Amino acid sequence: MAVILDRRTLLAGAGASAALPFLGAPAHAADPLKVGFIYVGPVGDFGYTHAHDVARKKTQDFYADKIKTNYVENVPEGPDAERVLRQLAQEGNALIFATSFGFMNATAKVAKALPKVYFEHATGYMRGPNLATYNARFYEGRAVIGTIAGMMSKTGVGGYVASFPIPEVVMGINCFTLAARKVNPKFQTKVLWLSTWYDPAKEADAAKALADQGADIITQHTDSPAPLQVCEQKGLYGFGQASDMSSIAPKAHLTAIVDNWAPYYIGRVKAVMDGTWKTGDTWWGLKQDTVQIAPYNAAMPDNVKKAADDVKNGIIAGTLHPVTGPVTDNKGTQRLKDGEKANDEMLEKMDWYVEGVQS
Amino acid sequence: MRIRLEPRKAPSRLALYGAPIMAIALTMLAGMVLFTLMGFRGGAAVFEIFIEPLLEPQRWPDIAVKASPLVMIATGLAIGFRANVWNIGAEGQYIVGAVAGTGVALATYEIESAWILPLMLLASLLGGAVWAAIPAILRVRLKVSEILTSLMLTYVALQLLYYLVRGPWRDPEGYNFPQTRMFSEAQTVPNLLEGTQLHWGVPLTFLVVLITWFVMSRTLLGYQVKVVGLAPMAARLGGFSENRTVLMTMLVSGALAGLAGMIECSATFGQLTPQFPVNYGFTAIIVAFLGRLHPVGVLIGGLALATSYIGADIAQTASALPQAATGLIQAMMLFFLLGVDIFVINRIRIAPCVPRLAS
Repeated sequence: MAVILDRRTLLAGAGASAALPFLGAPAHAADPLKVGFIYVGPVGDFGYTHAHDVARKKTQDFYADKIKTNYVENVPEGPDAERVLRQLAQEGNALIFATSFGFMNATAKVAKALPKVYFEHATGYMRGPNLATYNARFYEGRAVIGTIAGMMSKTGVGGYVASFPIPEVVMGINCFTLAARKVNPKFQTKVLWLSTWYDPAKEADAAKALADQGADIITQHTDSPAPLQVCEQKGLYGFGQASDMSSIAPKAHLTAIVDNWAPYYIGRVKAVMDGTWKTGDTWWGLKQDTVQIAPYNAAMPDNVKKAADDVKNGIIAGTLHPVTGPVTDNKGTQRLKDGEKANDEMLEKMDWYVEGVQS
Repeated sequence: MRIRLEPRKAPSRLALYGAPIMAIALTMLAGMVLFTLMGFRGGAAVFEIFIEPLLEPQRWPDIAVKASPLVMIATGLAIGFRANVWNIGAEGQYIVGAVAGTGVALATYEIESAWILPLMLLASLLGGAVWAAIPAILRVRLKVSEILTSLMLTYVALQLLYYLVRGPWRDPEGYNFPQTRMFSEAQTVPNLLEGTQLHWGVPLTFLVVLITWFVMSRTLLGYQVKVVGLAPMAARLGGFSENRTVLMTMLVSGALAGLAGMIECSATFGQLTPQFPVNYGFTAIIVAFLGRLHPVGVLIGGLALATSYIGADIAQTASALPQAATGLIQAMMLFFLLGVDIFVINRIRIAPCVPRLAS
């Protein structure tokens, strides 16, 4: 096996592979369109990756035998992503969805090297002729659950199990806190950073620590249901992340921000089939049904349900923006004047916390 | 009748070198049964994990890139293990090596010069060695077990990395994402083969293996290490200092782990990120034992393990095998190796029941 380190053999091998592409999987015109997905977590995470995989299955069902989807789960964000992306392309996937922010550099690199394959990167900002980006306005959902948290919390302290302090997560924390403080001006959000998207043990520990610090309602921007399980045991309230997690914590689970990627995936597959695929950036939210609010828990009083629905419907109708001034950050600087609304650029670069956030 | 294990006077060479092959064969067999019971095509999945990557020339560079850090770290560890010095913290030394190299890269930002890369590599050797020197000195001076201290320092290194990429070293143009600037061309280990991830770190690893083999088998220094490991008393009588051996082997294994970290960071990541550590330092322990602590064996062991990593991703797309199932493969290899070793070191004696005297 040491032979592979010999450059000449390697080049010869690479040449042979170029002459005989995709050994054992020759591409025929009638073959189904192959669509690949790479996931940062396991499909069984009940959260973010699970939601992507549900959408993959829906897309597969929608097109039946016209397409063939496949995925690689638990791909570390780094060189492994680059390798797996290349592998998926070499296996004949014509459209590849890279579903985590940390895949950005790898996806941009591979997209450049393989201009005939279409790439779609979730939550990133690098685009190219064959590399589009897509994201969902999760922060709209955060405003809904923030409203609920503000009304349901007795201690006025919310816990936030967070992953990385990137704009995506920061805007969620801010929208949650702004909404909660609208209904309870004294509301405080305590944030714990875990530096991981998925680690049930760490997530559970963080939830316990937050509960010990007085939080009686806990939300999360990590992908496992572990914080909710802690809420269930401790008799606290929590929210599902990315998927409806009510089956895991029937008492604690007030609602969830559900990611519904299927409409986007189905549309993009159709674009490839029709030859109309174009690069771009898509940022859909509650209005386009990409962000959904799971059914409310029966423990929520009617006035809370109504307040949550009002926020949701206001956002859908465009009459309410979750980040509307006056907004002051937690260091006392005014960020938005009275009535001023945050634009997308401000949201995408957000690196400050609103008043009431303890990070 | 009863069965008992009796130590062999001298394990046969054939058995000694056959054991890792036996362990891999048993892993394949167990994998086949396990995956079939789980409802997958067991035979096909095992084929995809162990054989298919070897048959596809386009996967060879991937195997080499994956094996490179594992082999580099394991080569260093094996030297120490030979001398009964148990450096379990290679992961930490790997991280500190990358941190040290990145420090040079960030200090030389916007300078294009040929000496930057050698300086980065030198810094990583030093960084890894310094991190390993702490447990080495504690062992020599205070008789503290290096197993515990080296392992615990891994977590310190991890926090150091998190602190740096989130704080002082964060890319000022990176939207607050916890990662450093991208390395410039002068700071990147050059690519070796266009269109793949193959880089010059791979031949460098090969060189390290050759040098280690030469030193261990052809010089007094290598002899000293082996004698200290096999017969400490004899070593002392022969005038070989145990303390010096501990220090030297720890420093060498730390330096090599550090070098591996820098190469991986520069060649494949192109920046330092919180996702950088992926437990290569721990996996390398399996590689060292699979390779019978011999440099050439380590090379083969590293390639075998890397093949299973690459193959695991193929099995995910081809057989829809979950990633957790393939994770079992790597663990089983070590499990079966340790199991087989019992029979290499001992032999089974089936003795007729001896009537016991009244007790």
